[in-house]
Amino acid sequence: MNDSLYLPILLLLPLAGSVVVTGMSGAPAKTVKLTALGFSVVELGVAIALWVAYRSSMGTGDTAAPFRETFSVDWIPSFGVSFSLGVDGISLTMIALIAVLVPIVLGASWEEKLPAGRTIGGYFALLLALQAAMIGVFAATDVFVFYVMFEVMLIPMYFLIGAFGGVRRAYAATKFFLYSLLGGLLMLASVIGLYVASGNVLPSGTFDWEALRSIASQIPESTQMWIFAGFAIAFAIKAPLVPLHTWLPDAGAEAPIGAGTLLVGVLDKVGTFGFLRICLPLLPAASARLSWVIILLAVIGIVYGAIVAAGQSDLKRFVTFTSIAHFGFIALGVFAFTTQSIAGAALYMVNHGIATGLLFIVVGMLAARGGSRLIGDYGGVWKVAPLLGGMFLVASLATIAMPGTNSFISEFLVLIGTFTRYPGWAVIATIGIVLAAVYMLWVFQRTMFGPIRGVGVIGDDFGLDARVPVTVGGPAGPSSTGAPEYQPATRGTAVSTAAAVDPAEDSHAAPHSRAAAVRARFGDLTGREIAVVTPLVVLIILLGVYPQPVLDVINPTAQRTMVDVGFTDPVPPAAGPIVGGGQ
Amino acid sequence: MSALALISAAPAITAAPTDPIVVPPVNFGVLMPMLIVLGGACVAILVEAFLPRSARYTAQVVLGIVVIGAALAWTVYGGVNDDYAVTFSGAVAVDAGTYVMWGVLLVLAIPSVLMMADKVSEPGGAFVSQAAAQVGSPRDRVATRVAAPMQTEVFPLALFAVGGMMVFPAAADLVTLFVALEVLSLPLYLLCGLARRRRLISQEAAVKYFLLGAFTSAIFVYGLALLYGYAGSTRFATIAQQSRAGDSSDALLLGGLALVVVGLLFKASVGPFHLWTPDVYQGAPTPVTAFMAACTKVAAFAAMLRVCFSALEPMTWTWQPVLAIIAAVSMIIGSVIGITQTDMKRMLAYSSVAHAGFLLIGVLAMSEQGASATMFYLLTYGMATIGAFAILTVVRKGDGEASHVSDWAGLARRSPVLAASMSLFLLSFAGIPLTAGFIAKLSVFTAGMQAGYGWLVVIAMVATAVTAFFYLRIVVVMYFSDPGVEVGGLSADGRSRGASDAPYVVVPGILTVIVITVAVVITLGLGLYPGPVLDLLTVPLPLLS
Repeated sequence: MNDSLYLPILLLLPLAGSVVVTGMSGAPAKTVKLTALGFSVVELGVAIALWVAYRSSMGTGDTAAPFRETFSVDWIPSFGVSFSLGVDGISLTMIALIAVLVPIVLGASWEEKLPAGRTIGGYFALLLALQAAMIGVFAATDVFVFYVMFEVMLIPMYFLIGAFGGVRRAYAATKFFLYSLLGGLLMLASVIGLYVASGNVLPSGTFDWEALRSIASQIPESTQMWIFAGFAIAFAIKAPLVPLHTWLPDAGAEAPIGAGTLLVGVLDKVGTFGFLRICLPLLPAASARLSWVIILLAVIGIVYGAIVAAGQSDLKRFVTFTSIAHFGFIALGVFAFTTQSIAGAALYMVNHGIATGLLFIVVGMLAARGGSRLIGDYGGVWKVAPLLGGMFLVASLATIAMPGTNSFISEFLVLIGTFTRYPGWAVIATIGIVLAAVYMLWVFQRTMFGPIRGVGVIGDDFGLDARVPVTVGGPAGPSSTGAPEYQPATRGTAVSTAAAVDPAEDSHAAPHSRAAAVRARFGDLTGREIAVVTPLVVLIILLGVYPQPVLDVINPTAQRTMVDVGFTDPVPPAAGPIVGGGQ
Repeated sequence: MSALALISAAPAITAAPTDPIVVPPVNFGVLMPMLIVLGGACVAILVEAFLPRSARYTAQVVLGIVVIGAALAWTVYGGVNDDYAVTFSGAVAVDAGTYVMWGVLLVLAIPSVLMMADKVSEPGGAFVSQAAAQVGSPRDRVATRVAAPMQTEVFPLALFAVGGMMVFPAAADLVTLFVALEVLSLPLYLLCGLARRRRLISQEAAVKYFLLGAFTSAIFVYGLALLYGYAGSTRFATIAQQSRAGDSSDALLLGGLALVVVGLLFKASVGPFHLWTPDVYQGAPTPVTAFMAACTKVAAFAAMLRVCFSALEPMTWTWQPVLAIIAAVSMIIGSVIGITQTDMKRMLAYSSVAHAGFLLIGVLAMSEQGASATMFYLLTYGMATIGAFAILTVVRKGDGEASHVSDWAGLARRSPVLAASMSLFLLSFAGIPLTAGFIAKLSVFTAGMQAGYGWLVVIAMVATAVTAFFYLRIVVVMYFSDPGVEVGGLSADGRSRGASDAPYVVVPGILTVIVITVAVVITLGLGLYPGPVLDLLTVPLPLLS
């Protein structure tokens, strides 16, 4: 039974790290941060070992078993609950994504400006605790354990947003928690319903995923519909699908950058993962019957998210709305019921985590420099900080699924898979790609190109000699001759009032010193920041060019899910393997 | 039957030869836990009468804890030995379920008594030293200043109340049930009026509780009379037998059971019979509030289980749907009105109304799992409630407790451990996994779902989400708000003077620390590993009667 200790270790290691970091309250900040980072790096090592072990065991042993590297101990015998962990291809890739993202997030939060009275130790401890809960969600093979982890995940995130977030943090945290809790409680009703329904088929009720899957077809369809409704609402809130999405822009915008990255990059994937793990295999009849609802919401989300994203003035809210559009693609892929679309959706979950993770981190770096989240407060950043601009470009291209970036593969798979079953929906969803290019490139053009302007870049007190911020390693301020050209701008109206600085035009007035001053004040990426973003950039390009290693892991699970839900690929399929079994 | 016949029958009764009075056999072994507590209460009165004032506090606290501990030990002993019996010629029934209910009750009674005994957070204890002194009179002012010795009459009162609560779940006869109801209620009415600070509001609470409680007792007796008219007996077993036979008037039966159940629902503060709850919770001394919230609920729900399972079981179809609607109403009232509360104690009162609705699901499931789940829920809810009220006693403002929510702003900054404990209790109330409250909700809702009350469970889920809103508000206030500016009013000993002063946190006394620690350990422990306790708290059916 207890083949493997990888998953318990993966679960306990960040938890231990969290406890240790909390206990180090007296130690210097640097020691605390290095300890937390150390735990997350070891965790990454264990995750890589798990990946290798999984790869080497693929195709061997009991190939019909859905999970590998399983671990199980009794937890609450009177309810038939056991603490069971295990991975299939999809959860393995998600766990790998978490393990990769957390050290990066810790690095990106290294010099986070915290609200008064908070310590970096507390912040890192919560991030590690969040990591443990997230790994638990993806590793759970018992529906009860899945639910517990799903709810527990909220608590560190609640405190991350509420204690370390932006100005409206208490509001955002409460909204996030209540939305998630309402979904979670409806899900609990469904979890109990599943337990009771299984008790009508089996001698006693069970929460075990495999047992539930084996009796999935014996649960009456009407019961399945009710149970599906509870799960679907919870997952639609988490994912989030459109009418239930309003917490995400608030939570994402107010969350500190590290927590926000994990929120959008991983936490929300629990919703789409839940559809794949719970709804499709355990409630196949209801999933098939109600798939149109989810597809409809998904397509609405793709178009709506993109349109609203284009109208955002706040960079972080902008990123969350782009994500809402992308979650639409993932949900569409899951409920299109083709091997390609499901594999594409699973791959999309990973790719979106990487691409949006990068985008969120870069936006965070931008906001940390400019002290503003408003798009209008930035202009011509490329000239000031070319490396930062370059990273923003990579993240933008990955977000709009440019060929050559990782997102292209997954978006393409989702669309082509959907097209074979629902050509109409696929066509509408394709509009989302066009809109993505619109919103993303527009933001890119406004912030990165054009003249250097905006309070975020120039600073609102630039030119007033006495208050010029003194920065390390550069000229301390503008030359006096250049001063009149820099108008102090009011935050928020910076677009119209801030004077443009174009080094090429006013070369007669000591241009180098002025541009250099702006550059020095703003600053390009530091060594730490380059180290933080490089792995993500490498992954974006690597998975864009050669996604096969990940697809090899995901595909068998996607095919199994197709069998579970009782669908076969439409004939003639455009490409890809034809899956037997099912109806 | 005509009036004439009645008159003519009367002499016949007096003339009939009297039956010899047969002393029923009494099995004292199974009654011992009850007898220990009630006997201990009598001894406590003697202590009050004969011991010098200075020695009473120690004697009473030790006596109270020893008595409850001994009763608990006997309960465990009896439960382990399967020592079950129906005794007192069918008026008292002790079975496995009774032992479970006693166990939960006594486990919750110990921290309640410890809280009453604490005199650190409130110098001189939470109770007025001379209850007879008129509020505001010179005598009262002197009495209020006298911090030592502490008022000790509360201990025998509390023991009597516990004794009554123990008879409650062991009753197999409506008259026993009624006597138990009075024995547990009368001391509680008194205890409510004994607050040291804010005495008027405390006395108001006591009068309210007494008047409404007296009305409810009357209603209960009326129901008792109707059921007696129906079955010709007040024994649960006979009532069940008669209703199974079904050859008497259903009007008497239905009316009677409705009135009896209302009496019990009142004690359990189930909405819409909850109207006393917020005022009494707010006015009563906080340790008494905790005692009522935890122990009275256990007793009331235990009695409800017994009445439902042994007396009303054959009539399930008549009252189960009604009880389901009452449960829904209670959940909605508690959660919705709770949102608007700004006083911690009132908020917890409405939360208790909502929880009473959740608990009712376990009762009306009418299954072994439902009954067991109810007891587990009562244990976890009671523990978290006692812990929350214990924390309430140490967050103070001016002379009294800082019960306004805004007074708790930034508590996490000042006392991180207290804030974390309070958050744990609130999360347990909200049913967040890895707290005991979650397992309790899970088991109760599972029982409800199995009984076919899916719709009620969904309402309960939504109500839980609503209650979570006001629990969460406290967490927000404690963690994410900045503490109010603390200016002036702080004297050398760190206590502030005057009502408008900033709230402060006293260092809790050792007894309160024990209470909070035990509550935290149980709330967390039963959340992480509930298996053994879930197995222990099984209420096997059918109950004896």
